[in-house]
Amino acid sequence: MRLTLRETLLAFRRAPLLSALSVMTIAFSLFSLGLFVLVAVNIRDALQQVEERVEIRAYIADGTPVEALAAALGDIGAFPEVARADGISQEEALERARAELGEFRDVFDAAFLPASIEVRLKPGFRDPETVSAVAARIRTYPFVDDVRFGEEWVRKLYNIRNLATAAGIILGVAFAAVAIIIIGATIRMAVLARGREISIMRLVGATDGFIRRPFLLEGLAKGILGGILALALTYFAHSLISRTLVATRFFDDRIIIAGIAFGALIGFLGSAVSVGRHLRRV
Amino acid sequence: MIRFIHVSKEYARGGLALDDVSFHIAKGEFAFLTGPSGAGKSTILKLVYMEELPTEGDVRVAGVHSGTVRRAEIAQLRRKLGVVFQDFRLLEERTAEQNIAFALEVTDAPRASIATKVSRLLTQVGLSSKANALPRELSGGEQQRVAIARALVNDPFVLIADEPTGNLDDRATRGVFQLLRDINAAGTAVLMATHNLELVRRSDYRVIEMNRGQIVYDSAEAAADAAVDGRSTPA
Repeated sequence: MRLTLRETLLAFRRAPLLSALSVMTIAFSLFSLGLFVLVAVNIRDALQQVEERVEIRAYIADGTPVEALAAALGDIGAFPEVARADGISQEEALERARAELGEFRDVFDAAFLPASIEVRLKPGFRDPETVSAVAARIRTYPFVDDVRFGEEWVRKLYNIRNLATAAGIILGVAFAAVAIIIIGATIRMAVLARGREISIMRLVGATDGFIRRPFLLEGLAKGILGGILALALTYFAHSLISRTLVATRFFDDRIIIAGIAFGALIGFLGSAVSVGRHLRRV
Repeated sequence: MIRFIHVSKEYARGGLALDDVSFHIAKGEFAFLTGPSGAGKSTILKLVYMEELPTEGDVRVAGVHSGTVRRAEIAQLRRKLGVVFQDFRLLEERTAEQNIAFALEVTDAPRASIATKVSRLLTQVGLSSKANALPRELSGGEQQRVAIARALVNDPFVLIADEPTGNLDDRATRGVFQLLRDINAAGTAVLMATHNLELVRRSDYRVIEMNRGQIVYDSAEAAADAAVDGRSTPA
């Protein structure tokens, strides 16, 4: 292990320019991937906020007994799809309407607006089919006059979300593939530059494992360094965007760790493949 | 110790390099491999240290058979033989001492023993004053001595030399050749491919002459034949 470490450090010291170049290449390919993920994460957040506004409103017939309403609220609140169900009395409805439409506050009186039940759905149950199904179930209560949930709006929102997800996956895979190819080529270059050394090692009887180890460690180190650098660049871009254009959210710890691990993995595997090719000859 | 049994070697590109070659090198022997370029000398040497494996036939080196050998065994085999080349194949960024030590380090030799061994080898090849020189600071002859010292680190039973004097002037050639003779005198077999017929003529070692992938002359067989002829001749 000591020897592996020494050989790895020597490799960095002997070819500082090539090493720096490959770390930079890794950093910039991960940086472009990072920028994409940053945008994707923020779009997803924005869509999620809009989605939270998906709600079903059930209008209650006049003169419905309070007990029946309370029982229904309990029932609906216990639906597996439902996050919460709130009762809105006629008075509360009037309050809201007055608050929202200040100019016309005097036009309304309490009898004009019906009482209602306001239902919010759990994440994952906000697609048009589920929303319709829940609405239909609520409609079966005899004292429910009407159920509204902005069907058209829910469908459009759902389509946008699907489009964003699909685009995110396809672009994400493409960006990741580009990063893998560029990093792989960079690591391969570093190994090729030491082809002579590998052949000499084999000549004096070094085992494949012995030859491979410093290269794997080198690839791993370059991947991690590149990943950290890419993270710093992405953070810089994020704070620049947040300051000048629009407030964005940075990665959470999970994505940060996954990003660096991704760099480390490509560096490691790239080295393994490149050295393997050199070693495959008898 | 080294035995070729009806060995043929065909390269995917480049055709037949060896055509039904059989010979045997005994323990402690010194043998020249001669012949024009492309005759198959280097291929024979590569088969001995198992850089290549035969297309047909069997190569046996110190109990390792080409037909059944595994990669890990090849690494082990190379620790028991030394190889030197025309172009020395030293690591450019390491000193003479480090180049020699490197061959010990890769074989997991105990670290305590490495320094002593390296300094002994440098003395043996006459370079103890150049221990800290990089290859580019050494003459061709000196670089080849470093390469020979590196080849000797594991006390090999045979030293394989592919045109070891090909890049050297006369004086360096004589020095390196004398070193190989000394090594042989100490008990290590030497198998040396060379174009230098002057060296071959000046010594009375065995000569195996190759042409177009075949052995066209083997002084050991010629001597044996002569002995048989001598005996069968009526007194």
